[in-house]
Amino acid sequence: MPTNGVPTKITQGSGTKGGIGESTLRPDGTLKVTGEFAYSSDMWHEDMLWGQILRSTVAHAEIVSIDTAEALATPGVYAVMTYDDLPTEVKHYGLEIRDTPVLAHGKVRHHGEPVAIVAADHPETARRAAAKIKVDYRELPVITDEASATAPDAILIHEDRDDHHIGHVPHPNIVHRQPIVRGDVAAARERADVIVEGEYTFGMQDQAFLGPESGLAVPEEDGGVHLYIATQWLHSDLRQIAPVLGLPEDKVRMTLAGVGGAFGGREDLSMQIHACLLALRTGKPVKIVYNRFESFFGHVHRHPAKLHYEHGATADGRLTHVRARIVLDGGAYASASPAVVGNASSLGVGPYAVDDVDIEAIALYTNNPPCGAMRGFGAVQACFAYEAQMDKLAAKLGIDPVELRQRNAMEQGTLLPTGQPVDSPAPVAELLRRVKAMPMPPERQWESSEGADVRQLPGGLSNTTHGEGVVRGVGYAVGIKNVGFSEGFDDYSTARVRMEVVGGEPVATVHTAMAEVGQGGVTVHAQIARTELGVTQVTIHPADTRVGSAGSTSASRQTYVTGGAIKNACELVREKVLELGRRKLGSYHPAWAHAELLLEGGKVVTDAGEVLADLVDVLGDEAVEVEEEWRHRATEPFDLRTGQGNGHVQYSFAAHRAVVEVDTELGLVKVIELACAQDVGKALNPLSVVGQIQGGTTQGLGVAVMEEILVDPKTAKVRNPSFTDYLIPTILDTPTIPVDVLELADDHAPYGLRGIGEAPTLSSTPAVLAAIRAATGRELNRTPVRPEHLTGAS
Amino acid sequence: MRVNFTVNGRPQQADDVWEGESLLYVLRERLGLPGSKNACEQGECGSCTVRLDGVPVCSCLVAAGQAEGREVVTVEGLADHARQRACGTGGTCGTSLDEAKGWTADGTDSQTGEGAELSPVQQAFIDAGAVQCGFCTPGLLVAADEMLERNPNPSDADIREALSGNLCRCTGYEKIMDAVRLAAARQSEGV
Repeated sequence: MPTNGVPTKITQGSGTKGGIGESTLRPDGTLKVTGEFAYSSDMWHEDMLWGQILRSTVAHAEIVSIDTAEALATPGVYAVMTYDDLPTEVKHYGLEIRDTPVLAHGKVRHHGEPVAIVAADHPETARRAAAKIKVDYRELPVITDEASATAPDAILIHEDRDDHHIGHVPHPNIVHRQPIVRGDVAAARERADVIVEGEYTFGMQDQAFLGPESGLAVPEEDGGVHLYIATQWLHSDLRQIAPVLGLPEDKVRMTLAGVGGAFGGREDLSMQIHACLLALRTGKPVKIVYNRFESFFGHVHRHPAKLHYEHGATADGRLTHVRARIVLDGGAYASASPAVVGNASSLGVGPYAVDDVDIEAIALYTNNPPCGAMRGFGAVQACFAYEAQMDKLAAKLGIDPVELRQRNAMEQGTLLPTGQPVDSPAPVAELLRRVKAMPMPPERQWESSEGADVRQLPGGLSNTTHGEGVVRGVGYAVGIKNVGFSEGFDDYSTARVRMEVVGGEPVATVHTAMAEVGQGGVTVHAQIARTELGVTQVTIHPADTRVGSAGSTSASRQTYVTGGAIKNACELVREKVLELGRRKLGSYHPAWAHAELLLEGGKVVTDAGEVLADLVDVLGDEAVEVEEEWRHRATEPFDLRTGQGNGHVQYSFAAHRAVVEVDTELGLVKVIELACAQDVGKALNPLSVVGQIQGGTTQGLGVAVMEEILVDPKTAKVRNPSFTDYLIPTILDTPTIPVDVLELADDHAPYGLRGIGEAPTLSSTPAVLAAIRAATGRELNRTPVRPEHLTGAS
Repeated sequence: MRVNFTVNGRPQQADDVWEGESLLYVLRERLGLPGSKNACEQGECGSCTVRLDGVPVCSCLVAAGQAEGREVVTVEGLADHARQRACGTGGTCGTSLDEAKGWTADGTDSQTGEGAELSPVQQAFIDAGAVQCGFCTPGLLVAADEMLERNPNPSDADIREALSGNLCRCTGYEKIMDAVRLAAARQSEGV
């Protein structure tokens, strides 16, 4: 460290433009604004066919018969396939548990389950042919909640479970159960001066990415297939696809096509296997694109949940204990349910220090739509409930809700209920202080000299109020999200980095299999390479399976893990380049042998800033390339009885303040402002960081006031599979979102960064609910909140 | 059936169009212009927004036959459209008919599209960070450009109203607001 005011060490990358910490612009930005960026639904191939999936019209039924004759006879149809046409003994897939049939066999377990697939020369021909397939169903009673799932005579959703959770679940219709038990809740309860209890309901949210599930499968001459696909994890797809096709993994080539958003909804397979099957069957390229209706059936959703909480505190506002029972509805297939249970339970008390905890989380098998990953992943549902509890507790204690949270806020060193110490900064109280200190939006901002601007009032241009009956409310919330895959998962990424001279300039090429889904990974990958290798020109190679796995674009992990892998590979490349330089030029200057050398601005420089050589001269005609896997610190599974264990890698914290105005007569809500403060460790690209925080915040807003997949409890059928009936926030529904970014380094992570994408989705929802409660005085124990909940009509 | 219409200043003809095909389908699948996106096929998301005789429409809701004889501007033609507007009717830098006929979406020679000539609103979307996954971007650009044509100095409420038919799931709209404000400011400065 410089101690005399004279810098003795130049920060790496300081001489190279476009490195980390700068708001460099997206490398794919121009293609995306000109319409040239090729999304998976834009793929095209000469002679290609269109695939269509026939889905079940009922939620739970035995399949008596399937008649495909008429569909097959339709002019323009090339293939119709059912379960009987699957080529190998492997007929199921799944992220963790292979319980999902590629095509239904004997039984359908949820509304919209794939039953048959068709390939035809026009998408409409394929649709009409699929409609001609006759499926005779014998309907079964539907299981839709915990009571029906665990009833003594309940039909088992999966009769022959042999997965590794079946041994510890209390009922075969429970996917996974995780208790977290710490301290002595009974004794702690005796010390409580105040106890509050609540029963909370979280609705089923859809990821609603705009780019529909789609891809193009092209049969290859060697009997393999090349799939161009929008996904979150190429290698996870590959591992599930290849065995069903009966092909070795090297004959299933996968290239990432443009991805129109993901948010967890592309962790599971959708049309991947179906397109490959049809391509291999017909010998022609096959494209499948879901429409929005089908997309609602074609991917898993966020688990709806019932959460029962009990919080106790002493009169001075110190938490004594938390008891919770969290029931997540996993729907018909497991998907990511076990890991969602792990998150909901281990993060179930939130970012607070509590010694005595008793939590149980389970995920059910039901006939409802399958649920799995969505941004926030189990931590979202818990945050909605524990933050409502904190407000309830504050009211009962007569303590300011922010003050109560700050008194109990975890800090670095605090133990989670799992017994794991939080070993990096945990600025929970500080984030609350910051978000509270942000200026408040002016009152009655809808007033103008020409009367009320109804566009800024609840109800908007429906012109339902000019301010009468409108009440403002303010609410706060804070949350904790784990970063990276937890519970002992081997969570690695692979990066291949190459450096060579192209056109007289040193160029780095970064090749990973990371799925760019919009988050801006490609932007920061180039920044990392510039910082580490001191070059300006960085080429991001398209993501494919010709390089090792990058892991999933989920769990806020890619900048950490694939970013870490790139940093590591760059460091190895740098060593090789310097070695090359020492060999070629070492005799010209003693610093080659003795000084610490850096790559900056296209040159080799000493740590004192002296230029030794131009990279162009060092490299000459040689290319230096490294491919290497990189891992974050290992985690361990939670104990199945106590939930104890060092299960997590890193945490991400965000706090929100919501300001809402409610038309209390009509129950209409206008969110005026949703301020956020978040610790990001280190903002590699500040512009992208703010964009992630605002986007995550808005998805939290959506599930607070509008977004819910409605499933008929009598039939388990989805009632609103369209953007007409499933509403996501428009630009009119979305308020200004001022963001205060805190950067407290996590010394265990590359550059001190934190995964950032999910935390803002957690606290946004409870903050909005708290603000609506403040405006209306209503208890509001469910989300999303609808007008009838605010007017007393329901 | 055969459909004749003008796309981005260039006469186009599509053959063997099935009567049920939308303008969006014909643009994407028959004319090789996939810039307009299909995200809901029922006029809720705005991803397929194009201008039909100047008016922004959801091209998924326009039967291809309805476009017969009319003028369509898509995201691929937005830069040219903006340039012609900037030059005005009596200008000296207009695009000749021959140039218009020779129009192509490729203004680039690199992987990243650098060097492409962009309209002010396109550039502003990049500069302001308004593009994440980008699937909503083409529709938003066409809608925003049309609003700025009508209303060069929009208030925030004006921008929100004009773009309320375009869903974005990634950005939370804040950077989109920034981008449109930036485009308006640059436009008024004549940049």
